[in-house]
Amino acid sequence: MKKLVEMCVQRVALVFAVCVSTLNFSFAAGETLAVVQERGYVKCGVSQGLPGFSNPDDRGNWNGIDVDLCRAVAAAVFGSDENVKFTPLSAKERFTALQSGEVDLLARNTTWSMHRDTALGVDFTGVNYYDGQGFMVLAELGIKSALELDGASLCTNLGTTTELNAADYFRTNGMTYEIVAFEKADEAVSAYNAGRCDAYTTDQSALYAQRLKLTDPKAHIVLPEIISKEPLGPVVRQGDDQWGDIVQWSHHAMVNAEELGVSSANIEAMKTSKNPNIRRLLGLDGTFGDNMGIPNDWSYHIIRTVGNYAETFERNVGKDTPLGIARGVNALWKDGGLQYAPPIR
Amino acid sequence: MSSATHWTPKPPRPAPVHTVGVRGWIRTNLFATPSDTLLTLVAMAVLYLTIDTLVHWAYIDATFSGANRDACLKAVQGACWPFVDAKLGQFIYGRYPELERWRVDLVFASGVIGLIPLLIPAAPFKRANVIYLLGFFPVFAFIMLTGGRFGLEPVETTDWGGLLVTLVVAITGIVASLPLGILLALGRRSQMPIVRSLCIGFIEIFRGVPLITVLFMASVMLPLFLPDGVNFDKLMRCLIGVALFSSAYMAEVVRGGLQAIPKGQYEAAAALGLGYWKSMRLIILPQALKLVIPGIVNTFIGLFKDTTLVLIVGLFDLLGIVQFHFTDASWATPETHITGYAFAAFVFWVFCFAMSRYSIFMENRLSTERD
Repeated sequence: MKKLVEMCVQRVALVFAVCVSTLNFSFAAGETLAVVQERGYVKCGVSQGLPGFSNPDDRGNWNGIDVDLCRAVAAAVFGSDENVKFTPLSAKERFTALQSGEVDLLARNTTWSMHRDTALGVDFTGVNYYDGQGFMVLAELGIKSALELDGASLCTNLGTTTELNAADYFRTNGMTYEIVAFEKADEAVSAYNAGRCDAYTTDQSALYAQRLKLTDPKAHIVLPEIISKEPLGPVVRQGDDQWGDIVQWSHHAMVNAEELGVSSANIEAMKTSKNPNIRRLLGLDGTFGDNMGIPNDWSYHIIRTVGNYAETFERNVGKDTPLGIARGVNALWKDGGLQYAPPIR
Repeated sequence: MSSATHWTPKPPRPAPVHTVGVRGWIRTNLFATPSDTLLTLVAMAVLYLTIDTLVHWAYIDATFSGANRDACLKAVQGACWPFVDAKLGQFIYGRYPELERWRVDLVFASGVIGLIPLLIPAAPFKRANVIYLLGFFPVFAFIMLTGGRFGLEPVETTDWGGLLVTLVVAITGIVASLPLGILLALGRRSQMPIVRSLCIGFIEIFRGVPLITVLFMASVMLPLFLPDGVNFDKLMRCLIGVALFSSAYMAEVVRGGLQAIPKGQYEAAAALGLGYWKSMRLIILPQALKLVIPGIVNTFIGLFKDTTLVLIVGLFDLLGIVQFHFTDASWATPETHITGYAFAAFVFWVFCFAMSRYSIFMENRLSTERD
């Protein structure tokens, strides 16, 4: 019986895979851009609500670092960040929605892993947020590093990789620990809030978001260590390299703009700059837009409407937002972080 | 002839003091026996604890005004009502453009205007009323809500949300499932083998899978099998899925009613010379449907609450949009999600309770049994 079920599942999976792969052929190089231009707006798949990444404000407008990436792509193609529509997708349906053409790109806090990149018929085009598992503790404990957590009890979610990552980390560093696991994130947070355990562990961006639900958020700190790699980035369909380039360079343009000190505030003044790097970035020299099939002032419009990477980070998740996330590993490579964009040259 | 003296009884004595008035009522209803007394005391203690907590949370410790999360961060914090206040427009209309919301209001108002006289048995013009509600209103609602005609701004269904989506899904499901369910139930009892097996197959397939599966298939799998460029509206796919699913359940409820009608009724209808459809319409169905009103309303209420499952395919119904707004960091507090859930639960309860009361009213009115 079990064999029979397995066989059926395999058959269905096969049919499914064939469908998906035939569909992939229908999106040949250059086609996505043509479809998008014809339609007049970019269709962007986002989360069903994740603070700082894609979440609604009081009037239902989308905000967030992922949302800003979608707006940047729209600005690159159309010169206006208004030409974008957001489709909230559950974690389960996100790749199918991309493959079936329901969205043109996914900016949905999706971890770049080898399996997803190679087996699902999709391509990751970069990393717009380096996430990873971290720890949150009471500030008054005076702990400054995760290496001081020897003997601690950890609140976490049951049966996730979070639990395994913590086990590996503590064993590697020769520390003892005790796991207090819960079915749901909300239960784990309440348990931590009630003092059931010394530390709460999950992905860092989520730690900052969950901290807001604690009785006294300011009494808790997120430790600097990241013990797992969760690079979150935009995803496009495999096989359309031109569209992939547009999405990839929309992000790179924002990072390069931060590095060169160009922001939405000073971009008009920067137009008179003599710096060849800035002139190329703003589309004053070269035909970089043409090569991708979009206007040459593509990155000028990105920076004018959305801003550089620092602006979108600080506006959505940074120090002055309720989330209060420090740049950390998401700082520029010059400042000791991982955000590094190839030159526009 | 002797003049009969009338026997006049003495006026009755008043009932004993301890059985009348408030004291008497309390005595007979709450403290009649030692076990009654014990139960009353326990119930009162439980009530006191619950109500006390609720009043503290919802009123005494609650925050009623504020512009963002800072208002809801007191040391002893109850409900964070300004969250609901700030998001109310979102909860009702979703991301329906603010300038176009009057269209939703108008559709809602014209629906209520059609529905209320229909629900009151004494109101006249029932036939015209039904034609208005089932013929004119759906077309009017469709044109008003989707727009794109008569100079109305088109509004895509992806922008719909909140109570609007809940009501659209629930009402479409309810309106479509009753006639479909009746036809399926009749088909299942039919003598014709093909019709019967088709109906049985349909009912058993749709009853045999969870609603989530139906919605998921409709939303995720269907587009993969459709040719390029053919793209059904997502909400439309869900509506069809919900309507088919609930009609399978309705069919079984109606079949229960059909089976309860004695064979004599069928034979009597046949003896009057009525054909199949006439005997069903005039004799069998009126009795059968009356019998299963509780079951029908039960299915309606279940369907109304099941609408929350459309969240799985990325549509935001009332509960979905409330949860969605929990992710707004400018409102994230320890109490935000409790407040939001309480609000959603209250709205759902109001609708379901209203349906339930109306069904009791109809049962009593249609009851032909003498008390």
